[in-house]
Amino acid sequence: MSKGFFGLKSFIPVAGFLIILLILPGIIPRFYTYILTLIFVTGLLAMSLNLVVGHGGLFQFHHCAFYGVGAYAFALILTKTSLPTWVAFVAGPLMAATVGLIIGWLCVRLNKLYFGMLQIALGSLIWAVAFRWYSLTGGDDGIHGIPMPALLDSINSAYYFILILLLICLIVLYLILKSPFGLTLRAIRDNPERCETVGVNVKLHKLAAIVIATFFAGIAGTLFVVVERSVFPDLLFWVFSLEVFIMCLLGGWFTFPGPILGAAMMVSLRTFVGAYTEYWTLIVGVILILLIFFLPEGVLGYLIRKSKGLRVGSAGEG
Amino acid sequence: MLRVESLQKSFDGFMAVNGADLVVEKGEIVAVIGPNGAGKTTLFKLITGHLRPEKGGIIFKGDSIAGLPPYQICRRGISLSFQVVNVFNRMTVSENVHVAVLSHIKKTSKLFLPARNHGMRKVRDILANVGLIDESDRVSGSLSHGDQKILEIAVALGNDPELLILDEPTAGMSPEETAVTIGLINRLTSEMGLTILFCEHDMELVFSIAHKIMVMQQGRSIIQAGPDEVKNNRQVQDAYLGGAD
Repeated sequence: MSKGFFGLKSFIPVAGFLIILLILPGIIPRFYTYILTLIFVTGLLAMSLNLVVGHGGLFQFHHCAFYGVGAYAFALILTKTSLPTWVAFVAGPLMAATVGLIIGWLCVRLNKLYFGMLQIALGSLIWAVAFRWYSLTGGDDGIHGIPMPALLDSINSAYYFILILLLICLIVLYLILKSPFGLTLRAIRDNPERCETVGVNVKLHKLAAIVIATFFAGIAGTLFVVVERSVFPDLLFWVFSLEVFIMCLLGGWFTFPGPILGAAMMVSLRTFVGAYTEYWTLIVGVILILLIFFLPEGVLGYLIRKSKGLRVGSAGEG
Repeated sequence: MLRVESLQKSFDGFMAVNGADLVVEKGEIVAVIGPNGAGKTTLFKLITGHLRPEKGGIIFKGDSIAGLPPYQICRRGISLSFQVVNVFNRMTVSENVHVAVLSHIKKTSKLFLPARNHGMRKVRDILANVGLIDESDRVSGSLSHGDQKILEIAVALGNDPELLILDEPTAGMSPEETAVTIGLINRLTSEMGLTILFCEHDMELVFSIAHKIMVMQQGRSIIQAGPDEVKNNRQVQDAYLGGAD
């Protein structure tokens, strides 16, 4: 799986890739820097979702609700209060994690599809609040022109800021997955009944995983505002949650960096194919069908299995 | 150590367990036998908290554990090895046991420090003890059926149980694998001082290793006694050994 991702063997390619990412803004047009930044943000969102989906086996069907909560909390503090920016940066993820705790506390009583359906219902309530509460959230118009500190004024500075935060988040997520908690989470994914039998409080661990995942979704939400300077209800619409779910499947939901690859593919498709036709989701649909039939472990899952000859087994469980 | 009194459990009106009594003393190997559908697995699931009893009591070390969730019962010292292999399929053999060990040493909530820093010595000891140390890094789903059954027991041992419950430990095993498992069960009691409660269809195995045998029929316990007494009991002969099954 993610074995050796930060090991000596993969250090050189990872370091090389990082150096390329560091020099890219200097040589590519601003538009592409913007797209890359968007991929980082969406990638972090997909990574946070994959903590509970790929590694935890939870049917987290409405993850974007927490992404949106993070973004809105950040935007509202910056536009409606005079609190310093750093407070907004802290409050966004914390607010997302708090909502994650409340919704997660209700959802962990249920399993699989029922868990997912309840989460869609509760997440949609948050969407409805953002959509209807004009005086606070701007309703379907959202909030635009959110002021950013001078440090994050240009797309290049936003790019570096987000890249650094993304790397920190990835390292923390990686450490979590390698920790006893991460191992237990994978065990819960594989067999919650057995986990309970060996003395693990499965519900509590699921809830903790949801809170961690929603915290990182909140970080992604605040970073989205840094790039776009606006928030709108579509950020917490369930269709976007589905899109992020597909990113995890596409990239490889049993791998560590797979969701970022999935995010890169989806954002690129939307940007470049979406420029030619509004029916770009048709292509996503075809890719998804091919994926289910030929690469059930996702692109990166397939590549890792091919390169290491590992038997990964059926991807249908979870 | 364990006392089960007049336990009852029904499914849609069918009484799966209907007045089961059982006593297990420390250090004993106790077998539960009975025809298919007699309620053995249901009894084990009631004891380990996977099912909630409707009536009756389950007393473990003086405390009532009836109706507690499985994880709390496990923490009190009862481990279950399932009849159908029920391990963590996508994880390695070593990781399978590691989860149980981490749970036992209460480290499953630890973030940031590598999992391998906690409890690995115990994992290796258990795997060496059950003979799976050479398979440590194999994905458990790829093991042979016999090895997966052994892994079942190894995972149950990860919690350092006082009472180990084995639901048909040799089901589907070859004669060689069965012999290895019998040796393992004997060692667990003689060397580690474990108390074992198990059910099994292989009568030869039951009568060769069990100190006491409880016979179940239609959810009821007919008798609990030593192997010889059970063998000579008329009711048992009528109900089970002689026949219907």
